[in-house]
Amino acid sequence: MNREYLIEATYLTASVLFIFGLKSLTRPEKARRGIQQAAVGMLLAVIGTLLQQEIIDYRWIALALAVGAVIGYPLGMWVPMTAMPQRIAIALSFGALAATLVGISEYYTALHPHGALQRAAALAHPLSSARAAALGFEVMLGALTVAGSLVAFGKLQEVITGRPITFKGQNFFNLLLFAVTLGALAYVIVHPEREAVFYAMIGLAFLSGLMLVLPIGGADMPVVIALLNSYAGLASSATGFAIGNNVLIICGALDGASGLLLSILMSKAMNRSFSNVLFGAFGSQTQALGTGKSVAGLTVQAIDADDAAMRLGYAKRVIVIPGYGMAVAQAQHQVRELAELIERRGGEVRYAIHPVAGRMPGHMNVLLAEANVPYDRLYDMDEINDQFEETDVALVIGANDVVNPAARSDPQSPIYGMPILNADRSRSVIVLKRGMSAGFAGIENELFYDARTYMLFGDAKASLTKLVTEVKGL
Amino acid sequence: MLPIIQLYVFVLAAIVGYQVITRVPPLLHTPLMSATNAISGISLVGSLIAAGSRHNTVSTVLGTVAVVAATINVVGGFLITNRMLKMFQRDGGSGRAPAASAAGAAGDGKRS
Repeated sequence: MNREYLIEATYLTASVLFIFGLKSLTRPEKARRGIQQAAVGMLLAVIGTLLQQEIIDYRWIALALAVGAVIGYPLGMWVPMTAMPQRIAIALSFGALAATLVGISEYYTALHPHGALQRAAALAHPLSSARAAALGFEVMLGALTVAGSLVAFGKLQEVITGRPITFKGQNFFNLLLFAVTLGALAYVIVHPEREAVFYAMIGLAFLSGLMLVLPIGGADMPVVIALLNSYAGLASSATGFAIGNNVLIICGALDGASGLLLSILMSKAMNRSFSNVLFGAFGSQTQALGTGKSVAGLTVQAIDADDAAMRLGYAKRVIVIPGYGMAVAQAQHQVRELAELIERRGGEVRYAIHPVAGRMPGHMNVLLAEANVPYDRLYDMDEINDQFEETDVALVIGANDVVNPAARSDPQSPIYGMPILNADRSRSVIVLKRGMSAGFAGIENELFYDARTYMLFGDAKASLTKLVTEVKGL
Repeated sequence: MLPIIQLYVFVLAAIVGYQVITRVPPLLHTPLMSATNAISGISLVGSLIAAGSRHNTVSTVLGTVAVVAATINVVGGFLITNRMLKMFQRDGGSGRAPAASAAGAAGDGKRS
């Protein structure tokens, strides 16, 4: 009896530590301690579980824990910040995999009792519809998330093309697929013993996950990852309902809430509704609405590194706008070097981070933090947007759609209505870009053709290195 | 455990989750994702039971694989979140005091 209480006590402690751990993420200074405390909570929960009477054979557990730790360590310590989006995607698939497998295991065990004791228990409590429902949701969401996260990983790692993969009648097909999957779930709830339907549902859910994420373009990944995070959480909660474990229910709810909130935030930041991101196949929308304002006949002004260096070197206020291009070029360290040089010359450098810059919420922040940029120089869009008028130079590095004025002014544009950074209001703009190709949205950016904008063509890292050298020589 | 109690737990936890998460600044959204991912490794609890209770071969095999997957998330997730949070230093991690910036200090009281 005492053992039961002890185990439940560890679960309760773990839950509390997890909640406070997440709460500590409201302030960067306290965050590390909070997360370390959450890790202690996890350890307690694991130890508590190992004390459970049900566990009689520790050999496989020991092996599995060791293998998991050996694989997990490099994934935690050696993955560079630039690969963060991919890492999160694959981690989501692992988490969802665990939930799915546990669900299958529970279901199978309930229907295939082993030994006299279990058979008696099974007769006394046959697999109820309620439990089947919990297990059903668990494996359905789990399988969906495994598939979706793997596709997301593939797109981010560029193993699969980042362009939306579409085919005619796709939305109809997908909706049909989801309907059949849900139908299978409903059937399982009504007839829990029909194993074939249960397993078929898992396959359908997996397929649904694939079809859900394949048509979504690389630039919309932030929303997708957050949403998958949410589904994985709900799968965890369902596990908790199924096996009667509160800490699972709580963690799942926290996870689910976090993912859902982030995906709503991301959608709002792109000014597109959820359904538009999931089912809109952004690329094809462009064909329908046209490519926005025509830029035929307009020219850009190109400059080279020493001119740009002079502008930056003598600027009093600079705002840097990082984008996915900076991540790709791995240029964050050079950005910091340049910023320090400008500051030593008496200028002020701040960073404007658009909510959907990059491939994942907070992507730019971690890249710049890794480069040792003090975090109080990083500003959200809302905090800094009205300061562009006072800025001498807006330095755009590998960002495109987030500074496209068409979002404000052109109702025909596919990005119309999306909140953008007011780079065009600054006194001058320098854009670091590899060439004149259109951004992910496939539309032209009239900021580049503006009279106050100067284009510095070339790879971001190379350009920045040149700028650093030139500014030093001023 | 009565299903209705479980529902209470879920709803209350969701409300707490909402309150906590909405206060996390965009600056820390990436560590938030990796932290919630690490915490989702709590499915280790269910996996351990499946792997160790010797109910049948299927559940032992599935449970073992699930333990591997969940442990990867727990170990990797907490390590990487810790690593990320180490980088968010006021002084950029190099020990220097941040340059005083009049516009910055006046412009937003949030960052005191």
